[in-house]
Amino acid sequence: MIDVKNLTKHYGSKIALDNVSFSAKEGQVLGLLGLNGAGKTTTMNIITGYIGATEGTVLINGFDMISEPAKAKASVGYLPEQPPLYPDMKVKDYLDFACKLKKVKEGDRERHINRICEQTGILNVCGRVIKNLSKGYRQRVGLAQALIGDPKVLVLDEPTVGLDPSQIIEVRTLIRELGKTGTIIVSSHILSEIKEICDRVVVLHQGRMIADGTPGNLSGMIHAPNKVVTWVEGDPDLVNMAVSSLPMTCTIRETGQKEKGIYEYEIKGPENTDIRAALFRAFAKADLPMIAIKGGDISMEDIFLRLIEDSNKEEEAK
Amino acid sequence: MTAILDREIRAYFQSPLGYIFVGVMFLFTGYFFFAYNLYGNTTDMRGIFSTLFAVVLFLIPILTMRLLSEDRKLKTDQLLLTAPVSRTAIVLGKYFAAVCVFLLSIMSTMAVAVVISHLSKTEWPVVFGHFIGLILFGNTLIAICLFLSSFTESQVIAAIAGFAVSFFLMLIDTLAPVINIKIISRGLEGLSFQNRYTSFTLGILNGADIVFFLSITVMFLCFTVASMEKRRWS
Repeated sequence: MIDVKNLTKHYGSKIALDNVSFSAKEGQVLGLLGLNGAGKTTTMNIITGYIGATEGTVLINGFDMISEPAKAKASVGYLPEQPPLYPDMKVKDYLDFACKLKKVKEGDRERHINRICEQTGILNVCGRVIKNLSKGYRQRVGLAQALIGDPKVLVLDEPTVGLDPSQIIEVRTLIRELGKTGTIIVSSHILSEIKEICDRVVVLHQGRMIADGTPGNLSGMIHAPNKVVTWVEGDPDLVNMAVSSLPMTCTIRETGQKEKGIYEYEIKGPENTDIRAALFRAFAKADLPMIAIKGGDISMEDIFLRLIEDSNKEEEAK
Repeated sequence: MTAILDREIRAYFQSPLGYIFVGVMFLFTGYFFFAYNLYGNTTDMRGIFSTLFAVVLFLIPILTMRLLSEDRKLKTDQLLLTAPVSRTAIVLGKYFAAVCVFLLSIMSTMAVAVVISHLSKTEWPVVFGHFIGLILFGNTLIAICLFLSSFTESQVIAAIAGFAVSFFLMLIDTLAPVINIKIISRGLEGLSFQNRYTSFTLGILNGADIVFFLSITVMFLCFTVASMEKRRWS
């Protein structure tokens, strides 16, 4: 559906995108993850044909964005970072205009607009002038605009910005729903959001692609950590002794009492060693019940920071 | 293109701009009608049309200032440019919207002509000649100012640039004689909008003048498309 090859974009001497390639199939929700200024918006602007790339090609549905723009654009719906709204228009007139731009057949327009308003939850503001709407509604009118014409490819730049928590859940559900039949590219810097709605994540950092995989896959790319946070019931001295009896040298730090007689510890073993099982045995032997253990499972935040760190190291090595 | 044309015309009348523009044109035509025709006791409309030249010069930049710059400011250009619509269609849609409002505003001269025809015999071919001249001149200026509005996201800057061009077009006739480099002075003379327009107000329908205005219009419309295309790649 979407095939992005070797995209490079220069703004003057600044390199905004550096050789980015990825593709997304039908029924896939692809997340673009990155810090501010990582090149997410630039990538989306190029995919939708708003700006041209310095180098590289974008194929939508097999049509090249540069040589066959009308055909390629016909199957793309785009919600930019700032929803492209005409503040003086009424919501319905605006969506009608979008229908005309995207060449929705005249007879179907009314029904089409109603359906999309319902999907995005803006039926009750249909007759209002856009400039009087709140930010959340504007965002949803922008989303409705992107859905007009039932495009096969949806490009959504931070679609949940400005929405309240219940609306965020609604929009995420909608995205997942739409992602079953089409292809969606979503950008975000909120890692939990990407994790929740995307089957695939492309991580951008300073214009370069530093990772491409499923959210699960990405965690696998990073070695199991040698750090464990655990709650243990019993005397801290005994816990310290148990840790020192481990076959590998570990450092332990008590981080406070959590419940009566239960303390939290941070235990760190040598690099690239899984200390969890050994830890369990040692504590069992010393008759110290482990109430909770965290580790091994790392958050998207960690993954992201690690990826950036790794790519920086690679850069330095070069 | 029709979608954009339709929206732009509505946009003119959803804000006060369209009403003000048409109203001011009506006001000036009405005043000149009173001053030249009623007060001067003549059926000759040359007075009205030749003074409208200056009025149009200074009102057109206001009509066109928002056309492309507003879209850049509101980021609605992202909607237009990512829709399956060519840049040419966008430019033409916006251009013809301004042309429609302009035509509406100069209809007042036709109303005046009808009033005159009731009072005395009117020379319709001459009046239409005037009218065609005004349309061609206005449309050319709209194309130039549309081009200017493609450069900036500030409507004020677009308007000021438009005024500067208008002012230049007004002064071009006084500039030509004082330059003693023949090529430049001849060139400036050739570019004079006023000379071309005056022949229409004299009742002369000259093919060369028509081609002059039309070709400049087309040229600036092409420039506008090119300017949008350039921004895509910069």
